[in-house]
Amino acid sequence: MNCLEFAEKLQLTPLCEKEANIEIEGVYIGDLLSIVMSKAKKNYAWITIQTHINIVAVAELLELSCIIVVEDMEVDNDTLDKAKELKIPIFKTKESAYQMACRMSDMGIK
Amino acid sequence: MTDRLLKRYSYNVTANDFMSAGKGSSAIKSNLKSLGIDSNIIRKIAIISYETEINIVIHSFGGKLHCDIYENKIVIISEDTGPGITDVDMAMKEGFSTATDSVRELGFGAGMGLPNIKKYSDQLEINTSSTGTTIIVTIYL
Repeated sequence: MNCLEFAEKLQLTPLCEKEANIEIEGVYIGDLLSIVMSKAKKNYAWITIQTHINIVAVAELLELSCIIVVEDMEVDNDTLDKAKELKIPIFKTKESAYQMACRMSDMGIK
Repeated sequence: MTDRLLKRYSYNVTANDFMSAGKGSSAIKSNLKSLGIDSNIIRKIAIISYETEINIVIHSFGGKLHCDIYENKIVIISEDTGPGITDVDMAMKEGFSTATDSVRELGFGAGMGLPNIKKYSDQLEINTSSTGTTIIVTIYL
């Protein structure tokens, strides 16, 4: 399933969705960037409450498929500008990381 | 012949500039991709270069990030001026961090920087003093 289909099904708010046709092959949840760097893999969706610009650098370096910001956290404009530049899709939801993970699991993303 | 330096990429890293943090690592990754380097090696180098770059941003007065390409290895070198690492053994321990609360709020300072660098490297050398730190990380191809 690609990011766009996935976001539509889960009714996520797209904050910038360039290249949103990237496949999602796994999920990682984390807010400490060094741990995400070490554990998340290419084409994973990353669920986080972090919103500052460096999440885009992490996603770009790891070639993550998208960033999902949970708990309705406000995403900085600098972050969105950078994400558009580097073509990293960012979505937002009011749900918690746990709720998001359960729904992704129900959709077959393990 | 295998120790002949084929190419060096260098980037300036500014202290406390979180807006630009990761730029050097991103440029290194792009260059390695264009050289056709294996994706698993690129992933390791992306992690190592990012962690070293973030360390310069958080802990130093500024420095440089280099990526040296040899026939049989890639070497990431970070050079900074700054206070140095007071206790290298402690800094190598997972979870140990001297980062401030404001830096931690951004998701940095988990105490995983140097442990990650070590984990993904084949060889790690740290030279530190009260005037700065040089970290040399080797990954064999």
